[in-house]
Amino acid sequence: MIEFHNVTKRYPGGYDALNNISLHLGAGEMAFLTGHSGAGKSTLLKIISLIEKPTRGQALLNRINLNTIPRYRVPYVRRNIGIIFQDHQLLFDRPVFDNVSMPLVIQGYRPQEIAKRTRAALDKVGLLNKEKSMPITLSGGEQQRVGIARAVVHKPMLLLADEPTGNLDPILSREIMQIFIDFHQVGVSVLVASHDLSLIDELQKPVLTLNRGQLIENGLDENFQQTEYYSSVGE
Amino acid sequence: MGSSNTRRDRPATTNQMVAYLMHHLQTLIFSLGKIYQSPTTTIMTVAVIGITLSLPGGFYLFLKNIDAMSGDFRSTTQITLYLDLKVEEGNARKLQKEIDLMQQVQSTDFVSRHNALETFRQSSGFGKSIDTLSANPLPHTIIVEPDSNADTFAVKTLLNRLRVLPEVEIAKLDTEWLERLYTILEIAKRTVAIITLLFACAVLLIIGNTIRLDIQNRYQEIIVTKLIGATNAFIRRPFLYGGIWYGLLGGLTSWLIVEIGYLAISGPLGRLNLLYQSNLVFVTFSLHDFIILLSSSTLLGLAGSWIAVARHLNKIEPT
Repeated sequence: MIEFHNVTKRYPGGYDALNNISLHLGAGEMAFLTGHSGAGKSTLLKIISLIEKPTRGQALLNRINLNTIPRYRVPYVRRNIGIIFQDHQLLFDRPVFDNVSMPLVIQGYRPQEIAKRTRAALDKVGLLNKEKSMPITLSGGEQQRVGIARAVVHKPMLLLADEPTGNLDPILSREIMQIFIDFHQVGVSVLVASHDLSLIDELQKPVLTLNRGQLIENGLDENFQQTEYYSSVGE
Repeated sequence: MGSSNTRRDRPATTNQMVAYLMHHLQTLIFSLGKIYQSPTTTIMTVAVIGITLSLPGGFYLFLKNIDAMSGDFRSTTQITLYLDLKVEEGNARKLQKEIDLMQQVQSTDFVSRHNALETFRQSSGFGKSIDTLSANPLPHTIIVEPDSNADTFAVKTLLNRLRVLPEVEIAKLDTEWLERLYTILEIAKRTVAIITLLFACAVLLIIGNTIRLDIQNRYQEIIVTKLIGATNAFIRRPFLYGGIWYGLLGGLTSWLIVEIGYLAISGPLGRLNLLYQSNLVFVTFSLHDFIILLSSSTLLGLAGSWIAVARHLNKIEPT
């Protein structure tokens, strides 16, 4: 699903956010991406979601080369990913139903189909009775679940979550993580960036750990050995 | 991406067309709802567009009326024949009858020198000084009205034929002032064209700016929709429809302003008509004008929003 071959992302000014990263997340696999802030978690997610391009190396999403994808194709590639944001990025000017159905509307589904799928997605996150509510009237946990429903409504092959529990208390965080595990169990590939190490330990899933732009732990690869390669910056 | 995946559960082609049209309709209504939700901005923008367009609209109507009036003048083109002072009234009247039978002549009117003097005495206020004159200095006159469908050349030919008649001292065609009027009208028309062009540009800028602000206000929404796979065309659409609505509503407002203005001055206009004992008919926007006004304001709205969208929307990318 996701393949990185020696990916380096250098920002202007010579700062390497990612340094020679190689990893492989297979179809239907789930992993956590962790590391201190500034370690490169967000940059890695941005490369997968086509917000940034690698400076060096190759990034593949389902065998599509993300380095060379033309601009006009970007929206279509993104439709294969469901993205969940830390601050859920809901649109507060429209009710829950309209928020969740957006990916389907964008992809031109028929109205009946949109209604059916949107309700199914809301049902999965336990918010079927809130479809007419405005997002502002919901609690933080509920808002995040609306965000998840929007990310999964079009049945993407890959779920990307960037600190999805960052603003939630431990009980709600566990609930949210359980939703991701449920999707993983029905065959969706899931990559969750989180720094909630105790929760990650509890969930027993492979962990990818980044430190200063380098991958220092790769739970997806049994033969992984940390290369003694240090960033020229910050050492 | 495997095509089996992106195309998964894709609606059939006809349904896709329906869905596409449905989406357009939804966006159209959604964008109307959007501008309804921010009434202050909408009312202000629409009012500015309406006022801006009402100026060229009003000028246009003014010119249209002047044009209609000058049409009336055109049909009253006359040739005045001042006869020789020595011509007797009997001969003069006989000449009038002859001219009346000529080709290209619609009708003739005879004003005897006696009547002319009386009229002059009454209307000029020089009554007393005229009484001191020993003889009537005015000649008999024949007023010839050319055929209403005679063109300028035919009228000139007629004039030349009348001019050489022995009884005629002076033959005068009252076209000089008409030509001047037409020239002035032409200048006015071009001025209105320039004003219209300038104000159309103003409307373009107003709508462009409103849409630009709209894009800025919905920055976050644009980012989110891009991240969930919206194409630029999809994101562009509500803004373009917004521009169309602004243009359409602005056009309607300008029409209303001009109509109200017309109603406000139609009273005095009617009185003026009475005072001049003319029966000029004052015109307002025809259905044709109305459709042109609305469609051009709508097009301006679309163009204005297109400019704003092209300039600002594509710059917004998630970071």
